[in-house]
Amino acid sequence: MKKEKIELIKDGKRLDGRGFEELREIKIEIDVLKRADGSCYFELGNNKALAAVYGPREIHPRHLQNEKTAVVVYNYNMAPFSATDRKRPGPDRRSVEISKASRCALDPVILKEYYPKTTINVYVELLQSDAGTRTAAINAASIALAAAGIPMRDLVSSIAVGKIDGEVVLDLNAVEDNHGEADMPVAMIARTNTITMLQMDGRFTKDEFEVGMKLAEKACHEIYELQRAALIAKYSESVNANVNVNVNTGRGEE
Amino acid sequence: MIGHHTMYKVVVPGDFISDDMDRAGVGTYVDGSKVYAMSYGIVITSDKEEKIKVAALSGKYMPGNGDVVIGKITAISFPYWIADIASPYDARLHSSEFEQIANRRIEFGEMSNYLDLDDLIVAKVLNVDALMRIDLTLREEFRMGTRGRLIEISHTKVPRIIGRNGSMIKMLKEKCNCFIFVAKNGRIWIEGSESGMELATRAVKIIANEAHTSGLTDRIANFLDSFEEKGTEKKGKEKKRKENRKNAIDRLIGIAKNKDEKRKNRTYKRW
Repeated sequence: MKKEKIELIKDGKRLDGRGFEELREIKIEIDVLKRADGSCYFELGNNKALAAVYGPREIHPRHLQNEKTAVVVYNYNMAPFSATDRKRPGPDRRSVEISKASRCALDPVILKEYYPKTTINVYVELLQSDAGTRTAAINAASIALAAAGIPMRDLVSSIAVGKIDGEVVLDLNAVEDNHGEADMPVAMIARTNTITMLQMDGRFTKDEFEVGMKLAEKACHEIYELQRAALIAKYSESVNANVNVNVNTGRGEE
Repeated sequence: MIGHHTMYKVVVPGDFISDDMDRAGVGTYVDGSKVYAMSYGIVITSDKEEKIKVAALSGKYMPGNGDVVIGKITAISFPYWIADIASPYDARLHSSEFEQIANRRIEFGEMSNYLDLDDLIVAKVLNVDALMRIDLTLREEFRMGTRGRLIEISHTKVPRIIGRNGSMIKMLKEKCNCFIFVAKNGRIWIEGSESGMELATRAVKIIANEAHTSGLTDRIANFLDSFEEKGTEKKGKEKKRKENRKNAIDRLIGIAKNKDEKRKNRTYKRW
């Protein structure tokens, strides 16, 4: 397929009017699913991710159990209606790979030794996609894990950086992703700046990579603050007056 | 209260708590001689206690030695009953535990005569081993009746149901005129009149939903009082209708009790 040339940067602004280092709008809701042990709805621009955590619970089939630690199972799934063209339902090569990478992104923070022989199931459903779905999914999953009361060292925050029209920019949208030169999703523990996931599609020079990492680092700190604020707000009487954070208190019980 | 000060604050995993690693208590971890929160919960800093702990706001129940739990029999595999105790792990109860009560040896195939599937037990956690095998022992001082309600809440809310020095549970028992037993795993057994059980159930649900707020005991007291007043306010037809219904229910309960009695007698004979 030959791509037609699109001008992605006009007058120093991107197509959606953002600056190079600007995130899309983020919206977080906690404990939106009544039957899950912890859940989170996360919006990153037009990406809509719904994460549900179940467990720790008994593992099936039994032979997968680990006598010493819990087994984390991460399931990334795009809804058939989430993309412009209908996405054929069910797991495919792409979603299996993303599930694997995302599990590895969250693994280092989960204190799995506390629940030997069990499994922790993380299901992330993408209801709408606009590039950067795996980062939205990881952000959502990280909050849902905390909300489920799973012992963790930290929260994980994630964002992508990319290159469009020769410029390194933060948080690509679908048009930029399709017509740009590179896309690099990063997941990190904001407090310690520990990178837990780093993937790259396309090419960066070494300098561009370093600029990109700086951008991602800064953005992850921003996202971390929002994630934290959303969790805190659920149990604080005075809800933080942050316009971007919408918090659903109560678990919808009768 | 001079000198005693307790502080509560909501924290998320990874929040910095203290520079002094000797104060790391439950729900915290140490990284580079600093203390951080390990779970999403409320950090409790007290002048009285040296350790700072984080009380989780959610999460699964992990059995500890000596915990009294309410279990439900899910399987029988001689010589064990397997019980679900609202935890990621199943617990087991050895048949000899019941032999002491039945005062006779329980043979293979007979176990369901004593405790069948879906029966409830009040038991104490005897031992939890490294492989998370959980042994239970029956608690003798209290056995569950056949008429009552079981409600299940998160085990993290149990301390609020009990209240400081048992103040909350005491009030619930008095105002609802019910027998209430709160197990460590978040299961609550209520026995009493239909209306009393209903009231207690509602109160427990409110407590569980608002467990993280302060002044809860007073609010629950108000709730229970308002209910009492409402009950006396309604007069005339309404009252009569209620009375009739109550009588009818009592009659039904009487019949059921009779049946129960008969069933019990039958079991005794078999023993």
